[in-house]
Amino acid sequence: MIRNPKDLQRYTASERANHWVVGICFILLGLSGLAFFHPAFFPLTQLFGGGVWARILHPFLGVLMALSFVAMFCRFKSLNAMTPADKEWLSRIGEMVDGDDHNLPEQGKYNGGQKMMFWALAVCVLLLAVSGVLMWRAYFNLPVDLVRFGSVIHAAAAAVMIALIFVHVYAAIWVKGTIRAMWYGTVTRGWAKQHHRGWYRQVTGK
Amino acid sequence: MALQSLDIARRSATTTPPPGVRETTEVAKLIDVTTCVGCKACQVACMEWNDVRDEVGSCAGTFANPTDLSAKSWTVMRYNEVEEGGKLEWLIRKDGCMHCSDPGCLKACPAPGAIIQYANGIVDFHQENCIGCGYCVTGCPFNVPRLAKEDSKAYKCSLCSDRVAVGQAPACAKVCPTGAIQFGSKEQMKDVAAKRLVDLKARGFAKAGLYDPPGVGGTHVMYVLHHADRPELYSKLPNDPSISPMVSLWKGFAKPLATLALAGVALGSLFHYVTKGPNEVSKELEDELEKETEEEMRQ
Repeated sequence: MIRNPKDLQRYTASERANHWVVGICFILLGLSGLAFFHPAFFPLTQLFGGGVWARILHPFLGVLMALSFVAMFCRFKSLNAMTPADKEWLSRIGEMVDGDDHNLPEQGKYNGGQKMMFWALAVCVLLLAVSGVLMWRAYFNLPVDLVRFGSVIHAAAAAVMIALIFVHVYAAIWVKGTIRAMWYGTVTRGWAKQHHRGWYRQVTGK
Repeated sequence: MALQSLDIARRSATTTPPPGVRETTEVAKLIDVTTCVGCKACQVACMEWNDVRDEVGSCAGTFANPTDLSAKSWTVMRYNEVEEGGKLEWLIRKDGCMHCSDPGCLKACPAPGAIIQYANGIVDFHQENCIGCGYCVTGCPFNVPRLAKEDSKAYKCSLCSDRVAVGQAPACAKVCPTGAIQFGSKEQMKDVAAKRLVDLKARGFAKAGLYDPPGVGGTHVMYVLHHADRPELYSKLPNDPSISPMVSLWKGFAKPLATLALAGVALGSLFHYVTKGPNEVSKELEDELEKETEEEMRQ
């Protein structure tokens, strides 16, 4: 459905589907993983049919998320290469947090913050996947010191990733007109011009 | 719990205190390695009382049978030959759960009530609450718990908690033909060990001692060793074991810290929205774009 012919296409249908496969896996992984991390979250296992089911499902969801993340990583990695303008943007991130992004350097499809998020998430997923395999006792029985190290890494990377995703989701809620990009793929011209002027000029030729 | 002897001191993945008004005597099993003849009667008694029958394995060229602990072999005799002072010594150790005062398995366990430490010191696995993650294996400094293939639940020696609850000694202690396994209050067992050590030292074992490692807060299974200065001689009994710092970090202060940090990020986001307001496309820019569009239409 095209809401407005003037809107700009930001994500294709397959990019959106890919993103949501990762997103759904992440939510389920976060809920089940937190349950194993702190007793305060253990009741979350009920969402999965109990503790045993949560323990069985968690690693398989992890494999699915890692694979779908790799697909998403390949799609977006070249768009997330850091440039000097991004560094300038990042050094003045305070203005963005203040909600006043009008004077910040012109940004392409992604700003410096989004690019940092992209690379940080990629590192987290890599660490989680590798350390998760170390902990997967149903199929792997590795030296205990390695499993202990993996457990620390897994918990730390998971905590960092959950925090990053909170920021990711919040940024999408905070910057009005963003979430629709991941629902139906388009954004308004005003949104593009205000937040990603470089990209706006590139796609509109203005 | 109905029986005072089953009063709980600690419960896995539980942050509130267990019932703790009653005082229970701490129990201990004392294994005198120096009087053990390696007959494996304790292994048989353990299988019988607990109704576990391991698969018949194959001979690995040593006396050990089975060669390792498993979900169905909760205790195993380990044999090691060493040369000490020019003579051969056959060091035999009955391996199994040490029932630590500070149990690494319980610290690591994420399932509420899957691992229980009774007030008498026994550390017991309640398989009905076990989710099969194997964190107890990761947490144990003695490499004791085993996940069963059949049900993915963790098993280990219960110190015959059901027998102890009704005033009986564990099956292995009951059956030991040389009296190498004794059972009683922890204080009493320390006294028994002290007497035996006087004897051993008089016979030339100057380094004889009691293995009750303080790194895990002491254990409720203790060994009398002829070479207490080198416990690793006894089929790699750890010298000065303690919960791995990685496990302490993971299941210790990282837990509340990470939880608070996540809550902080979530609340911080909410209050950012409330204080700064949403980041919307400015009215100016919208008007400008609208004008542009109108101009394009006119052309």
